[in-house]
Amino acid sequence: MKSNIYTHELRMKSRSILTWSIAIFALMFFFLSIYPSFAEEAELANQLMSKMPEELKQAFGLSNTDMASLLGFYTLVMVFTQLCLAIQAGNFGFGLVSIEESELTADFLLTKPVSRVQILTSKLLAALTAIIITNLVTGAASFLAITTFRSSHTYDAGTLTLMLVGLLIFQVFFLAVGLVISLLVKRIHNVTPYSLGLAFSAYVLNAFSGVFGDVKLEYITPFKHFDPNYIIEHNAFDTRLVLINIGISVAAIAISYWLYIRRDIHAVS
Amino acid sequence: MSIIEVSHLTKYYGKSRGIVDVSFNEEEGEIFGFIGPNGAGKSTTIRLLLSLIHPTSGSASIFGKDVTTHGPEIRRQIGYLPSEVFYYEGMKVIDLLKYSASFFPGDHTKRMKELSELMELEMNRKISDLSYGNKKKVGIVQGLLHSPKLLLLDEPTAGLDPLMQRKFFDLIREENKRGVTVFFSSHILGEVQRLCNRVGIIREGRIVEISDIRTLQQNNYKKVRVTAEGITPAIFELPGVTNIETENGSLNFFFKGEIKSILQVIHKLQVTDVTIEEPTLEEIFMHYYE
Repeated sequence: MKSNIYTHELRMKSRSILTWSIAIFALMFFFLSIYPSFAEEAELANQLMSKMPEELKQAFGLSNTDMASLLGFYTLVMVFTQLCLAIQAGNFGFGLVSIEESELTADFLLTKPVSRVQILTSKLLAALTAIIITNLVTGAASFLAITTFRSSHTYDAGTLTLMLVGLLIFQVFFLAVGLVISLLVKRIHNVTPYSLGLAFSAYVLNAFSGVFGDVKLEYITPFKHFDPNYIIEHNAFDTRLVLINIGISVAAIAISYWLYIRRDIHAVS
Repeated sequence: MSIIEVSHLTKYYGKSRGIVDVSFNEEEGEIFGFIGPNGAGKSTTIRLLLSLIHPTSGSASIFGKDVTTHGPEIRRQIGYLPSEVFYYEGMKVIDLLKYSASFFPGDHTKRMKELSELMELEMNRKISDLSYGNKKKVGIVQGLLHSPKLLLLDEPTAGLDPLMQRKFFDLIREENKRGVTVFFSSHILGEVQRLCNRVGIIREGRIVEISDIRTLQQNNYKKVRVTAEGITPAIFELPGVTNIETENGSLNFFFKGEIKSILQVIHKLQVTDVTIEEPTLEEIFMHYYE
């Protein structure tokens, strides 16, 4: 690890951390501010839900959700948060080394007396720090918004913490997979389409894995690995799926190191 | 001691050629010119030396160490100036230079100030606001601020105005006097002629000639121009004479061989004017590309 690269990288990410943090904060407060009026009509809401086709509910990740409970309602905003943070982490992953190459600053960095391993490690740690900061903000925003709007309703803080911890591992997945894809393609000119594509296809896979029931798409999408409904129901992770998730992340990072060390950094053309 | 040793270095990008079987040495304290047209493989060679790209076969070493296995260690003593410079756009010049310096042990603030003043660089401007020429100056300062022992310059003068070019050449000569070895790639022969002791000529990925600038010029064609009454090309039809052209009663031609044989012919003519000069590198160079 080189501390100067780490600091530089983190500084470059400061704007992204700030924007996403504000967005998540606003999302939490806006969403949970509806809860008090929603909870009054909860019976009605659950009735309405029970009339919806099962496939549709599964597609929105609401199959077993008790909309009247505080955390049940929170799962709705959780899915949005997951989507946002998947895009952020994807941006970090896809851009980690490709931005230097498309903006042609890679020559600057790679002709310095540092090894590729040092560069990648410093960059990964900086991205991880950025993710952790965003997660801390998300956690703080969740607890604050819930405390503000829960009135007399109770919730299990342990379950909520578990969901939030899951969110961190969830983001690492998108960082790692984004990185390995960026190293497998020749050159990425713009990061955003890739990170949007990865986040939404993972989301859609989860939705469809519900619709088709038997199809085992759940193994590859982190939206399933960290399904908030499962966590609420069991007050625990689905250990098997979380291990699969971590396994994919670790493999993606290992392959990324292998690829990056061997990578040819092409001249301006 | 050889600072750079390149041995049978070959690089293919997939199927397309980068360089093929390139070998040469550069000794300590030399200024070595690496000439060739665009796409001949100059940048490929330099990028291999910096291990930005990896060789298909062959090897290269700098300071006696293999470039692929000892990259970081070697690069501590290298200053690199690319032909096109791109830096983190949001940064200020001073922050970029400090970031660059932070990779090298020791304090380089003094040298950084000296160089910036010499190159008339404004330190507090944002990189994104700089013109191409000014970005180039940032490149020069960041390539030199850590006082490297070896300079790798890849077409360094592109984008510099003539005044800055001269300052830059003076700077390179000064560095060279302090013992710095310089590897200088260019497609502009005039500047190589002005600066370098030895040159390598690369063409379509292969080295076609490595020699002293002086021998290159001496062992080569002489440019002869004769003005005389009643002169015809037939008079100079001797072995070694090529490219005869008539121009307003004068003859221009290239000659390679014993200069005496030409003088004997000239001696018999009613000569009004004669010039015999060494060809410019440009003219020699064209010869390799014919």
